[in-house]
Amino acid sequence: MRANPLFSFKWFSAGLIWFWLGLFVLVPLLMLLTASFLQRGETEFVKFAFTLENYQRIFNPIYLDVFWNSFYLAAVTTLFCLLLGYPFAFLLARVKGNYKHLLLLFVIIPFWTSSLIRTYAMVIILKTNGVMNSFLQWLGLIQEPIQLLYTPAAVVVGLVYSLLPFMVLPLYATIEKLDTRLIEAAKDLGARNVRIFWSIIIPLTMPGIIAGSMLVFLPALGMFYIPDLLGGAKALLIGNLIQNQFLSARDWPFGAAVSIILVLVMSLLLVLYYFSILRNSNNRDKVGL
Amino acid sequence: MSDLVIELKQVCKSFDSVAILKNIDLEIKKGEFLTLLGPSGCGKTTILRLLAGFETPSSGTVLINGEDMLKIEPEDRHINTVFQSYALFPHMSVFDNVAFGPKIRGLPKAEIATQVMEALRMVKLEHLADRKPAQLSGGQQQRVAIARAVVNKPLVLLLDEPLSALDYKLRKEMQIELKQLQRRLGITFIFVTHDQEEALSMSDRIAVMNAGRIEQLGTPKNIYESPNSLFVARFVGESNILAGEVIKVDDDCVEMRLENKIISLKNTKNFQVSQSVNLLLRPEDLHVYDEEEGIPQEPYLHGIIEEVIYKGTTVDLLIRLDSGKQIAATQFFNEDDPKLDFRMGERVFAGWLEGWEVLLPSEAAENYPPVSP
Repeated sequence: MRANPLFSFKWFSAGLIWFWLGLFVLVPLLMLLTASFLQRGETEFVKFAFTLENYQRIFNPIYLDVFWNSFYLAAVTTLFCLLLGYPFAFLLARVKGNYKHLLLLFVIIPFWTSSLIRTYAMVIILKTNGVMNSFLQWLGLIQEPIQLLYTPAAVVVGLVYSLLPFMVLPLYATIEKLDTRLIEAAKDLGARNVRIFWSIIIPLTMPGIIAGSMLVFLPALGMFYIPDLLGGAKALLIGNLIQNQFLSARDWPFGAAVSIILVLVMSLLLVLYYFSILRNSNNRDKVGL
Repeated sequence: MSDLVIELKQVCKSFDSVAILKNIDLEIKKGEFLTLLGPSGCGKTTILRLLAGFETPSSGTVLINGEDMLKIEPEDRHINTVFQSYALFPHMSVFDNVAFGPKIRGLPKAEIATQVMEALRMVKLEHLADRKPAQLSGGQQQRVAIARAVVNKPLVLLLDEPLSALDYKLRKEMQIELKQLQRRLGITFIFVTHDQEEALSMSDRIAVMNAGRIEQLGTPKNIYESPNSLFVARFVGESNILAGEVIKVDDDCVEMRLENKIISLKNTKNFQVSQSVNLLLRPEDLHVYDEEEGIPQEPYLHGIIEEVIYKGTTVDLLIRLDSGKQIAATQFFNEDDPKLDFRMGERVFAGWLEGWEVLLPSEAAENYPPVSP
């Protein structure tokens, strides 16, 4: 039997991706999982002896605080991204012609530079003798430079700046698909703008809001260099905790355990997201009997 | 106090300097079923959008109940629309779709429920109140759209080709239902369609539109039997149009040369000698005789049957006149003439009762300007 070239290409390309994911995602994850149940070694990274201690240590209030802090900052970041991104995405979806391309370009340009380098730029802007303080002094709003860098606010600013495009793009995609005839229909029935926004536009763009929030919230939980550079030593987030355990404290098993917990939390959120999509598409596609 | 609910006075509308509506004057009475009929792009939907408030006229005035609508937003007009695509809110149940208007008016919950269920009962959908629009058929969605509009008891209901997405049988049913609904509610309906049959069967009055103008405004009977232009005659129903020239006028008679024949008809429109005219004959007004039955007493044309099309209730004939022009004639079965036995190639007379024809002066080219560049 002669092999169908298209058929074998399909298997080759799909197989390559599975091989890649298996080698670089599944195997490291399994290694991490294994390490999280092992003990810390004196001479080598791990000692092959089973323990649950790493997971017990997470329930120490210090570490629970880190988790809580991280979720809080990620949530605040998501909220700000949503508040900034929604009007922008709306504008993006409604303007016509060349302006649209220009605005889209503004969203995409930051991707051309490494996020790390852009974070260093934020440091220059926010530091005590930085651009922001000089500007505020020039305006006469403040007399003395104020502490901007190394505050939780600076971390949120940095996270929002880095993650905003991930909020804007899914929002733009759903808002652009929004049928303007529905807005006309609502007006026709006597609805004013505020009501149209809350009872028509928000529910219909909810898939974009959820997708954008996931794309911002999940990376915000794990990003370690932004809190490191902008928050200083004060803001210890999950990402930093994990990084410290692996690189400074050399406690691989504990770092692995924290990582596994983070992976579980993210998976849970993704499952919830999946069900929300399922419910949304059910509303739209189910045809009555 | 006038009984006019809508007045359009000298209304013009242009988009990007392309004129869509040209000097529209239209008065609509309370409780009337008025249809705007015309080909796509003739401006009929633009009139609806002007009334609903989604567009403002470039010049002229729109009065609703005597009040100038220039600065009144769509949400403040006591008018509701049934959109062509229905525009039902996909994330709301049928009940919530219909309740949208009453909720905005801030009615108490119980009152809203009563009104919504009443509206749904009217369109026979009360059993589907909990469904989402996507779970309904096209005809059911159509009814929800109607219920959502009429629940607000609007002064005027605008319907933008509401039946165009339905299949033939359902469309026929909905035509009757809509007409009955309109009679029952007494609401003024303004109905937009490009389907002349729909317009004739439902309307009290029809405004036939062409290229941004109202060509003719009248009752369905008036539009069909006395079209005042070739456009109306062609657009509404089928017509045989024959060109001729007046050769003699005396008293109330006009004699013309037409398809190699001299025909004498009543002079209804003050025709002059040597004027070019068009004679319009509806296929169903023509009686076809074979030559053995003798020369008819009424005005007639002479030709050969080229095609016989059996349609069940009628027989349609295509007749090639001696002049070479082809005309259509529709023959009905009845007791007087049970024969209706036509053969292709047979020489026949096609006559009509004098006065049933429509005689129009032939239209100068200026009435049909080329499409503006």
